[in-house]
Amino acid sequence: MSAVAVSTRTVYAWEVRKLAAQKRTYIGLGCALLVPLIFIASLLADDGGPEGIPFGDYVRESGLAIPLVGLFFGAFWFFPLVTALVAGDIVATEDGNGTLKTILTRSVDRWQIFLAKVLAALTYAFGALALFVLVGLGLGGVFWGFDPLVSLSGTEISMERSLLLLGGATLAYALPTFAVASIAVLLSTVTRNSAAAVVSTLMLSLIMQLLGIVSALEAIQPYLLPRQFNAWQGLLRDPIDWAPILRAAWVSALYAVPALLWAFIHFLRRDVAGG
Amino acid sequence: MTAAIEARGLVKRYGEITAVDHVDLTVRSGDVYGYLGPNGAGKTTSLRMLLGLIRPDEGSARLFGHDPLVEGARALDGVAGFVEAPRFYPYMSARKNLEFVAALDGGDAAERIDEALDTVDLTKRQHDKVRGYSHGMKQRLGIAGALLRDPKLLLLDEPTTGLDPAGMRDMRALVHRLAEDGLTVLLSSHLMSEVEDLCDRVAIVTRGRVVYEGALDELIATTAGRYDLRTTNDAEAAMIARRAHGIAGVTVSNAGIAFEGDEVAVAHLTLELAQAGIGLRALVPRTATLEELFFRMTEGTPEQNGSQPLVPA
Ligand SMILES: Nc1ncnc2c1ncn2[C@@H]1O[C@H](COP(=O)(O)OP(=O)(O)OP(=O)(O)O)[C@@H](O)[C@H]1O
Ligand SMILES: [Mg+2]
Repeated sequence: MSAVAVSTRTVYAWEVRKLAAQKRTYIGLGCALLVPLIFIASLLADDGGPEGIPFGDYVRESGLAIPLVGLFFGAFWFFPLVTALVAGDIVATEDGNGTLKTILTRSVDRWQIFLAKVLAALTYAFGALALFVLVGLGLGGVFWGFDPLVSLSGTEISMERSLLLLGGATLAYALPTFAVASIAVLLSTVTRNSAAAVVSTLMLSLIMQLLGIVSALEAIQPYLLPRQFNAWQGLLRDPIDWAPILRAAWVSALYAVPALLWAFIHFLRRDVAGG
Repeated sequence: MTAAIEARGLVKRYGEITAVDHVDLTVRSGDVYGYLGPNGAGKTTSLRMLLGLIRPDEGSARLFGHDPLVEGARALDGVAGFVEAPRFYPYMSARKNLEFVAALDGGDAAERIDEALDTVDLTKRQHDKVRGYSHGMKQRLGIAGALLRDPKLLLLDEPTTGLDPAGMRDMRALVHRLAEDGLTVLLSSHLMSEVEDLCDRVAIVTRGRVVYEGALDELIATTAGRYDLRTTNDAEAAMIARRAHGIAGVTVSNAGIAFEGDEVAVAHLTLELAQAGIGLRALVPRTATLEELFFRMTEGTPEQNGSQPLVPA
């Protein structure tokens, strides 16, 4: 056999295909689908609603408010869990199945496998997020119309601009989501145990939320990851407040880059024994 | 010509245990090489190092001149195989699994899937999930996966372990066939009969150390030959054998006569028996000799195994 270079794109496509063949992926995506459905059903069932949270008062006035309220609630544990469910499994599952030796004795390098896995985990995480937003938006629109939103500064935002900002909010939300995914990939790589990686990613996220409400720690609070899940709200002010978005970008990178680097080096150097 | 496998001074330690202890191996192109040793001898660990799955603490390994630790996947060009039981994704069908590994091989590997499935007799079950595969089927799928790479060198770690007698026979026949097609094979095993059946060169390894490396027939030749003999007149034949030059250790039992001697002495004995009008019903070299040798090599004290090999390597 002559030397053939296998592109990382091929490896990535197969990592996505492998995710598509696993129940776990559908549990995550199913939850991302189900949660907005349940939220909308509960709004339809009685006339109560979320109070004291961004856009909570507008859920029956515009369907555009539904996904935004969903994003707010999803930050506590829903998105960290949905993300960790797959990202925390993606390397450890190969240890569990003993298949690392299978893929590492073919014509691809370890860095290609790792990169493909990270990209596949991020693809899934973004897919779950997009599904969540689109279902909320679609059904919200069906029941309450696509009326203009009232921004957090009290001004009215046209429907077109609202949709654009919702898209922007989703992207801003993806930043800390990717950071959570990166941490999950790290834990998946070093623990080699899927359940341990998923649970500890979630624990880490909850601990950071706890730190976020301890007033003595005010100095570090802007740099905690859960806080970055609210950065999107800056987009829905008039004028747009970019500061939290920028901070979300670099704080998320501050978590994601070292985590991925550590995981990468570990994966490259580790012994593949067992299995 | 570069050797198919060239390992020099491989060492792998796990805490107190030295799993592989300064192993040198040279497998030439075309060899069917047996890597023989008891449980825990370090066979799998050696193979993992050859495939670049684990890092040696000392020494290095080259496959066709390429070091997998330095050159990564490119060093495995033309090399295929597996350590311990082959593993696949339980949630995908056999075919899907092969399509996946073929994608990781690149080139025309995917075009060989049908042929590989046919070779290992899994065509009918190719669309079943691997989750439901028996051990023997997974083992065969492992071979199919290796064949997709169209290898020149095949590394197999105890490929017949856990197979039933028919499965063992088929697996050995397959290895035979591949070897006849010109593949170089490194096969680890703890079964003497398997290695005798398939291999032309062997390394015997125990407690991480190679205690013999060389041609299998030379190894057998170095053992004092022990024979079983049955004749038309065992009593008289035994008397002749006791007097014969170069024949020793003659014993007589209901099963016949047993003695030791080299091949020249045995040839002389048969002539003498013929002159005495005694017919040979059976003259059988004891095939257990290699087995005995194996036990002597692998169960001796570490000193014996290490500094003073029973048979010089
Ligand atoms: N990952 C590991 N961690 C700790 N010890 C290990 C590891 N891998 C192998 N060993 C030890 O190294 C020694 C050699 O093991 P290895 O699996 O290479 O033997 P083997 O010859 O393949 O045995 P078997 O015939 O049972 O497959 C054993 O003592 C084993 O316990
Ligand atoms: Mg073994």
